[in-house]
Amino acid sequence: MAGFLGALTGLGGGVVIVPLLTLVFGVDIHYAIGAALVSVIATSSGAAAAYVREGYSNVRVGMFLEIATTTGALVGAALVLHLRVSMISIIFGVVLLYSAYASMTEHADSSANTGPDRIATWLKMDSAYPTPNGLQSYHVRGVPQGFGLMFVAGVLSGLLGIGSGAVKVLAMDKVMKLPFKVSTTTSNFMIGVTAAAGAGVYLRRGYIDPGLAMPVMLGVLAGSLIGARMLAGAKVKVLRMVFSGVIAVLAVEMIYNGLK
Amino acid sequence: MEKTEQRMDEIMSRLLRTGVILAAVFVLAGGVVYLARHPTPVTNYRVFQEEPEKLRTVSGIFHEALALHGRGLIQLGLLILIATPIARVAFSVVAFLYQRDWTYVLVTLIVLGLLVYSLLGGAG
Repeated sequence: MAGFLGALTGLGGGVVIVPLLTLVFGVDIHYAIGAALVSVIATSSGAAAAYVREGYSNVRVGMFLEIATTTGALVGAALVLHLRVSMISIIFGVVLLYSAYASMTEHADSSANTGPDRIATWLKMDSAYPTPNGLQSYHVRGVPQGFGLMFVAGVLSGLLGIGSGAVKVLAMDKVMKLPFKVSTTTSNFMIGVTAAAGAGVYLRRGYIDPGLAMPVMLGVLAGSLIGARMLAGAKVKVLRMVFSGVIAVLAVEMIYNGLK
Repeated sequence: MEKTEQRMDEIMSRLLRTGVILAAVFVLAGGVVYLARHPTPVTNYRVFQEEPEKLRTVSGIFHEALALHGRGLIQLGLLILIATPIARVAFSVVAFLYQRDWTYVLVTLIVLGLLVYSLLGGAG
């Protein structure tokens, strides 16, 4: 079970864990979210270790936006107490549908580079990233809007136990106009910190069960190693389609379960 | 300047990797102990029941892990895992201090404060 779960999540991130645990194994959603948060930290930290070194992620942008995501995660984790399980399932389903949609659409590199932005300049966010033709510099825009979206991403992360990578990339890609490589790696960089804020609250509240988190975490770690290796050889486009399909089915199941 | 930033990235990357590996080792060790003592775990996850106090607080987890209880060891591993991103943020505070970038010293201190608050108190 752990291996299967791990392999899947290694390919697709934390969004798969909660629906699988609740729908297939009948685990209570609170435990499922706790276990998912833990595994999100594991994969994010593992992957971030590799990315940081390659010089893609923008540490300043990441750190600044983490104020929004960690605050959001605390709010989200507090909200769990007040929402009914059916409500959480429905929200989860809707977010899943969105991520399925987001992972299907192609990413056009939107950094048609415009001039510098006042706030971004003041915060020294403009930077450069490595390309085959040497360092490519870029400007950062839309800091307040990006900050707002990141707060939403944080709430979702604390509420649902996911990394909210889709929302984070949306904020940095579309709103702040970061180059695609930079936004995905910076988002990964932030996911671990955001999830840690949520996980801290869950741990203290007793939502993280060792017997359940153990196989999930180890499975996910092993799976992400295997997944990364498999991805290198596989047709990414086909994989992405299959994955979006799986997520969409899970999403509908979650919503149906919530409504029942 | 570029040189020191690159070095910071190196250290940060090593910090993350060490944290994850260390956490995995404790979780795995705890799992082995746990399964050796309870070959057929009978916990019911369908019904939500809060974990006992000793597996919810930092001091309680340390106590359980030192007693070499399987669940305590797993929880300690998970605690290390949660602490890994926190350690990274703490390291960033130092890195920005070193660069005399006061704006970002403040930014990282706020993030660090929020994380410590989430683990040790409040919002419960």
